Amino acid sequence: MPAIGRIKDTMEAPPIIRIDHVDKIFTTVAQEKIQALSDISLSIADGEFVTIVGPSGCGKSTLLKILAGLQRATSGVVELDGTPVSAPRRDIGIVFQNPVLFPWRTILENVLLPAEVQGRPMAAARARARELLAMVGLADFEKKYPMELSGGMQQRAAITRALVNDPRILLMDEPFGALDAMTREQMNLELQRIWGESRKTVVLITHSIPEAVFLADRVIVLSARPGRIARIIKVDIPRPRSMAVLSDPAFARVCGEIRKLLYGVEDEAGAAGGGLS
Amino acid sequence: MSASDTRRIETPVRKRPSRLSILIRQRPEIVIAPIGLVLFIIGWEWSVVWLKVPTYILPTPSQIGTALMKGLNAGWDDRGGYWLHTRVTLSQILLGFVAGSGAGLILGTVISQFRLLEATLRIYLVAIQSLPKIALAPIIVLWFGFGLTSKVVIIALLTFFPLLVTSLAGFRAVDRERLELMRALGAGPWTVFWKVRVPSALPYIFAGLEMASVFSIVGAVVGEFVGAQLGLGTLILSMTAQMDMSGTFSVFIILSVIGIGMHSILKAVQRRVLFWTDAEATAEPPPEG
Ligand SMILES: Nc1ncnc2c1ncn2[C@@H]1O[C@H](COP(=O)(O)OP(=O)(O)OP(=O)(O)O)[C@@H](O)[C@H]1O
Ligand SMILES: [Mg+2]
Repeated sequence: MPAIGRIKDTMEAPPIIRIDHVDKIFTTVAQEKIQALSDISLSIADGEFVTIVGPSGCGKSTLLKILAGLQRATSGVVELDGTPVSAPRRDIGIVFQNPVLFPWRTILENVLLPAEVQGRPMAAARARARELLAMVGLADFEKKYPMELSGGMQQRAAITRALVNDPRILLMDEPFGALDAMTREQMNLELQRIWGESRKTVVLITHSIPEAVFLADRVIVLSARPGRIARIIKVDIPRPRSMAVLSDPAFARVCGEIRKLLYGVEDEAGAAGGGLS
Repeated sequence: MSASDTRRIETPVRKRPSRLSILIRQRPEIVIAPIGLVLFIIGWEWSVVWLKVPTYILPTPSQIGTALMKGLNAGWDDRGGYWLHTRVTLSQILLGFVAGSGAGLILGTVISQFRLLEATLRIYLVAIQSLPKIALAPIIVLWFGFGLTSKVVIIALLTFFPLLVTSLAGFRAVDRERLELMRALGAGPWTVFWKVRVPSALPYIFAGLEMASVFSIVGAVVGEFVGAQLGLGTLILSMTAQMDMSGTFSVFIILSVIGIGMHSILKAVQRRVLFWTDAEATAEPPPEG
């Protein structure tokens, strides 16, 4: 077996994120109970890249918000660095499913929001923000307002905002959903590079199976609601990965496996076919 | 490219039409509206003359104009002229507007920060809001006398509720995802208040100010009708009693100018503060005809 990226065995190092028997039950306005997550247990090692796929409404966003300390698990434990999560933490960067930019702030001001809120040195933050904006192709747009940008550009700005404080853990909820195929591939490569250089732990939700496989050390496949872990799939493709792996037979095999878990059918052609979206 | 060049929107270097003609093409109403007004005035003038409508029923625009000039040509402190009364009414309006809308804004802002308080008070606020507060004008004049105070109180009462209600609505309408983002960043309540809640509530608050500015003029005139020695309202009363319709209409023009002035100032401030709402299409009233 080839090496599994950087993580030889996730059980070796103490996990940075530990999710233990987590359930989440929502009570709707009509007092109905909706179980969004059921018995999720998962450990994520420091520096690991984990992607989550699953049918719409299976609780992916909910799981991410629980990790971010924005929602509480109904039962079970979530620990970061060995301490239970009770409130949001400063060493986490989060990208929501929507960009959530403030229309009264320029792109640069939006990107600087986390630094401002957390009282970081602004000169350094500004330099970092400019660097990141250039990286995602928004260098010429820092003085523009969100309404002057396309949806995909707004989402790239939101990604930049999540990175500006250089968080240890990066939580991303379908960050590339609004991007065209080509930008998406570029962003995937860029994210892989940032992750490789900064040794962040990344948890990324996606609807795209190829994207999940391309980026991940491990892909978490969730079942339909209530979301439970259907399978955890290790991706043994060496890094850094280029877009060439999309036509790799090993890559196609993993995609096919996930597709089978999600849809119950194996679609060879689809699995091998180009694009990440 | 120099730094200043990049700011500009790039336009092809063809023969550019003048800014005026671009403006006219984009907003033809700025030409049509004044032409319409002129035609309306001419039509009014002619029909009054042709139909031989008596002046004490409806004066011609030129008679109104003459009355206006006469009133404005009087001295600064002349009780028979317009300046003294305009000054009195305007100061009542401004004092009442600032006091009433300021108090409404502050109270609305405070109440909206406490869920239980807001929920408890809402039913009363709605009830009070639907009361015709202008009906209290005689009582207020009885309490506070014929001077400035009673008018300021009436206006403050009328402008208080629009701001209270709109600021409550504005602070309640803050986008949940924006709050969630701030929470994820670990922002404290004070930071969230200034960086998210206030900007989100501003479009509503400006809508409230707009309403309040209209109410403040109504309040001043009604207050002066009920009991006052000075002010444009008293002028209207005495002129109407003397069948001086041209005079009454000319005072009406002054009141309109005050109204338009307040509206324009508010709009100018709003354009600066709320530049970002253009795309969000918030609280923008339909264009006036
Ligand atoms: N605040 C809430 N109150 C009640 N039910 C909720 C709430 N938030 C989410 N849910 C329910 O929980 C389930 C999971 O929602 P979640 O947003 O986590 O799904 P998801 O996997 O992210 O879906 P998608 O891929 O469409 O984004 C859904 O059925 C949803 O209806
Ligand atoms: Mg989701």
